[in-house]
Amino acid sequence: MSLGPYASFIVTSYLAVALVVIILIVWVIIDYRSQTQRLRALEESGITRRSGRSATDMR
Amino acid sequence: MGWTDLDPDQLSTTSFVLIASRDPRDYQDAMTLIDLANPTRFLALTARLLPWLAAATVILLAVGLYQTSLAPDDYQQGATVKIMFIHVPNAWLSMFVWGVMSIASLGTLVWRHPLADVAAKAAAPIGAAFTFLALLTGSLWGRPMWGTYWEWDARLTSVLILFLMYLGLMALWRAVDDPSRAARAAAVLTLVGAINLPIIKFSVDWWNTLHQPASVMRMGGSTLDKSFLIPLLVMAVAFTLLFLTLHLAAMRNEILRRRVRSLQMMQASQRAA
Repeated sequence: MSLGPYASFIVTSYLAVALVVIILIVWVIIDYRSQTQRLRALEESGITRRSGRSATDMR
Repeated sequence: MGWTDLDPDQLSTTSFVLIASRDPRDYQDAMTLIDLANPTRFLALTARLLPWLAAATVILLAVGLYQTSLAPDDYQQGATVKIMFIHVPNAWLSMFVWGVMSIASLGTLVWRHPLADVAAKAAAPIGAAFTFLALLTGSLWGRPMWGTYWEWDARLTSVLILFLMYLGLMALWRAVDDPSRAARAAAVLTLVGAINLPIIKFSVDWWNTLHQPASVMRMGGSTLDKSFLIPLLVMAVAFTLLFLTLHLAAMRNEILRRRVRSLQMMQASQRAA
């Protein structure tokens, strides 16, 4: 597949999209881990929800 | 005190039963709404949906990229037409996400749905990222085709304004501590900002711009050849699925963040007592 004289513009575009999408995915995963860790730490210190259910319970 | 002032988890189902009609069928519909309004049920639904959505996104992106690699060069633009397959989906999504946020804002202001502002807040960074990519890929496409990275014409400027509005909304949410107060202010700003969507869409018709007119969603059908249209549509659906996956995951994170805040406030009040 030849990309012609403007290959650098095409490749840069695809790499930029891939990079930003990867950043979004990593951000969502790190944020999820951070929130669940904070919730577990709070529950371990004796702070629980009024319902008595675990704050990380997804069922 | 309205529903939005309450912790969504603490809303009793009786609040929603009050709005249900006496017709049993309507009551069943209301029960579905209750299920979706309950953050715990929403988290359970998200946990089930996310793996399937992620898998569908990966498969469709792979198919789209494969079709993109097979697409022929354009007779005028040559191989740079390949930028279209990522530029156009990002440009569509930049407006679609604001549309989703506008509907969520109505949910906050009119129906006071407990998850509406969670949906709007979670969508903003994703929408900002898609808008940034639309601007960047458009710029990289414009340089070889127009001879310039940037031109202050109606389409480019209105999309830049959309990007700045996304950043403004994100700043607003960070600036106000109370999520329910931030939600109402952000909802008003989002609905006002929605005026920009038709301006972006029709800017190429209303003003003379460097940007080409609509070639897919237009009266009289698409002007694109199937060899370009099919990969473009596959990529558009793949990016839409990517948005849905990221949005659901970000909404889940926002619900957990509010639980953290709620528990931290309980902890602070216990220490004070």
